[in-house]
Amino acid sequence: MAWARKILRVNLTDGTCNSEPLNMDWANNYLGQRGLATKYFVEEVDPKVDPLDAKNKLIMATGPLTGTSASTAGRYSVITKGALTGAIACSNSGGFFGNEMKNAGYDMIIFEGKSKNPVYLFIDNDDAKLIDASDMWGTSVWDTEDAIKQKHQDPQIRVASIGVSGEKGVKYACVVNDYHRAAGRSGVGTVMGSKNLKAVAIRGTKGVGVKDPKRFFEAAAAGKAVLAGNAVTGEGLPAFGTQVLMNVINETGALPTRNHRDIQFEGAHAISAEAMAEPRESDGKPNLVRNAACFGCTIACGRISTIDRTHYTVAERPQYQIASGGLEYEAAWALGAATGVDDLDALTFANFICNEQGYDPISFGATVGAAMELYETGVITDKETGGIELKFGSAKALTDIAELTGKGEGFGAEIGLGSKLLCEKYGHPELSMSVKGQEFPAYDSRGIQGMGLTYATSNRGACHLRSYTVASEVLGIPEKTDPLVSEGKAGLVKAFQDATAVFDSAGICVFTSFAWSLEDVAPQIDAACEGDWSVDKLLEVGERIWNLERNFNNAAGFTAADDKLPDRLLKDAAKTGPAKGLTNQLDKMLPEYYQLRGWTTDGIPTNETLSRLGL
Amino acid sequence: MQKSLNIDPDKCTGCLQCELACSYDNENAFNPAKSRIKVFSFHEKGRFVPYTCTQCDEAWCMHACPVDAISLDKATGAKIVSDTLCVGCKVCTIACPFGTVNYNADTGKVIKCDLCEGEPECAKACPTDAITYVDANWTGLDKMRAWAEKTDAGQATA
Repeated sequence: MAWARKILRVNLTDGTCNSEPLNMDWANNYLGQRGLATKYFVEEVDPKVDPLDAKNKLIMATGPLTGTSASTAGRYSVITKGALTGAIACSNSGGFFGNEMKNAGYDMIIFEGKSKNPVYLFIDNDDAKLIDASDMWGTSVWDTEDAIKQKHQDPQIRVASIGVSGEKGVKYACVVNDYHRAAGRSGVGTVMGSKNLKAVAIRGTKGVGVKDPKRFFEAAAAGKAVLAGNAVTGEGLPAFGTQVLMNVINETGALPTRNHRDIQFEGAHAISAEAMAEPRESDGKPNLVRNAACFGCTIACGRISTIDRTHYTVAERPQYQIASGGLEYEAAWALGAATGVDDLDALTFANFICNEQGYDPISFGATVGAAMELYETGVITDKETGGIELKFGSAKALTDIAELTGKGEGFGAEIGLGSKLLCEKYGHPELSMSVKGQEFPAYDSRGIQGMGLTYATSNRGACHLRSYTVASEVLGIPEKTDPLVSEGKAGLVKAFQDATAVFDSAGICVFTSFAWSLEDVAPQIDAACEGDWSVDKLLEVGERIWNLERNFNNAAGFTAADDKLPDRLLKDAAKTGPAKGLTNQLDKMLPEYYQLRGWTTDGIPTNETLSRLGL
Repeated sequence: MQKSLNIDPDKCTGCLQCELACSYDNENAFNPAKSRIKVFSFHEKGRFVPYTCTQCDEAWCMHACPVDAISLDKATGAKIVSDTLCVGCKVCTIACPFGTVNYNADTGKVIKCDLCEGEPECAKACPTDAITYVDANWTGLDKMRAWAEKTDAGQATA
C-alpha cells in the first residue's frame, strides 16, 4: 500500500543495515516524508548536538504518494540538523531517486553514527549493504553516479551522492540525485559528508500500491487535469520553467541585486527564460535544449541547457559542452542578480559546477555577493582572494570562485563558509543577507512584504519553499494580495506554511500548489492511504509538523530573536521600483503571527497549543 | 481499423507516467521496473525516448517461440504472450531485434506490450501526447503533415 511500512536503519559506525516496521501511529499523525521523518528525528536526536557530530542523524524519507501516479509524486526529503544553520533541516528533491527508494520497499532510511572509511549504501530491494567508497572519495557527483552504475553493471540504478564540496565541509553542500536534482539547502550534504557517506545507490523493483485503486485513478486524473488547465502549471512552467519569474519579479521591484543593495537588476533580461530561448550568435542554437520532468510530473518545469562552445569557460573543456540541468530561477538569480553578473553562459557554467560538485547555488551566489561587497569596500583584498578581482558584475570572478568552492580550495574555502560566518570573520555581520544563517532566495522582502515574515519564521532558515506568498502577492494565487502591504500577511504566511508542510509530507512537489488546494490533494491521499484523510485533518497535520519543527529549534537554542531580518531590509528603504521608500514591516507582522500560531510573545508554543495538536 | 503506438521523442519530458500506467495495468502496482514501455534518458544530450514493442507483422518473437506461447490478436495486431504456455526459455528475447520482449524473473515468464486489448494505458497516461495510438495505415501522417508545412515554400516566406 501507499506506505511501504518499513524503515532501513543504517549504523555507519558499526557498518550494519537493519530494517524495522514503520510506526503507523506516527504516520497517521505526520503523514510521511518531511513530517514523519522529522518526528523520528526529534525523538532520536538531542537538539543540542553539533550538526557534524556523529550523534547527528540523517534521514532520507519518501511520502505515501511517492512512487504513485499522482502528478509530481516522486519526491524524497533529507532531514537532519543543518550544517549551515544548526536548525532542523529538511531539503527535498525530485528526479527519480525517491521513487526507486519506495520501490525497494522503504519509507525511510535512517543513517546514524559515522563510518571510519568512505562508504556508499547499496540497496537491491531487501538486500542492503555498505560498500567501500575509498576510490570514489574526491570525485564529483557526476563521476560517482557513473562509477556506481558501471561497478554494478546496471544503468537503471538511481544514485544520490555528495560531491567534493560535501567532503570538504562546504557549509551548504547538497545531496544530488540523477546528476542535477538536489536536496539543496541547509547543508544536508555537508552532514552526509561528515559521516563519510559518499552515496546511496538503489535498485527497487517491488512496486507501490494504493488503498482504493479506482478512486485513486479518478482523483489523480482530476488532479492532472487541474494542473494542465492552470496558467502557471499548464503553460508558464512547461514553456519557461521557473525562470519565467526573472522578468516578472524584476518588474515587481523585488529582485535582490548586488547583495540586496538594490531591488531591480538592469541585466535581468539577459539572464531570463526569454534569453535562454534566444538563438546565440556562435551556432544559432539557444542555451535551452528542452524542458524535462521529474518522476511522474505532468508539469515538467525542469530546464536542460547547454553552454556556448566558444564561451571562455568551456572552449577548452569538452566535458562541459554537454546538455545538463538548469538554469532554474533561484540559481539564475543567486549566480546572476545577487552578484551583478549578466553573462548567461557564465551562470550556466557555474550552475553545472554546483551540480557536479554538489553545493547550493542559492547560498553560494548570495555568499559571493556578500564577498563582492566586502571586496568593493576594501575589507577583503586581492591578498585574501588569491588575486581574484571579486567585483560585482565580474563573470570571470564568479566562475573562478565557483570552481574553487567546489573543491574547497583557496578563497573558495572561505566562500564555502556561507555569508554569515564569512561576514562575521571579516567584521561585518550586517552584510550577511540571511536568517538563521541561511541566505535569502530570490525575492526582496521590501517589495514583497509577506516574504519577510516567511523568511524570518522559516524553521530551516531563510527559504521560499516554506510559505511561497509570492503566489498570492505577485501571481494572485489563490487570491491577489498587495505585495507592498503588510496587513493580513501574518494569516497568509501561517496558512501557506501549514499547507506546504502537507504537500512536502505527501511526497508531491510544492509547485502543484500553484493550481492545487488541499481540496485537490486530500482525495488523492485519502484514496491512496489507509485512514481517513480530510482537508481538515491535513491542515491539522500541517500545523502539527510546523510546531514540531519549531519545538526542536527552540530546544536547540533558537529564540524569538532569531526570527529577524538583516537591518538592510528593515532600515534601508528600497531605492527604485514600486517599493521605493519602503522597508520590510516585520515588526508589524511578527506579533500577529505569534498570536495566530498560539505562541507566546517570545515565540514559544503555549501548552494549550501543544495539547491541541497532540504534541 | 488496426492501430499502432506512435512515439514522438521530441514531446517526451521523461516523466514516466506511461511506465506507471503500464505497470499498474499489468502488475497491479506502480512499478516502472516492470513496465513494458521504457523511457530512456540520454542525459548529456537532453533526450528522452520512449520505446516499446512495435508489433512486427512477421514477429521474430512469435516465430521463434518453441512452444507457441505467442499468438496474434487479429483485432489489434498485438503479439500476445500466454502465461500458461510460456516456459520462460527466453528464446523470444534473443530473437527480438529491438529488445522489447523481456524476461520477468519473479514470474519466470516473458513480458511484452500487448496493446492493452486496443486501449493502451501508456498513450492515455502521456501528458504531452508523445505517445499516441493512431491508424496503423497512417502512422506517419502527422509527421508527414508537419514536414509538408515546413517544406512548403509559400509557407516559409509567408
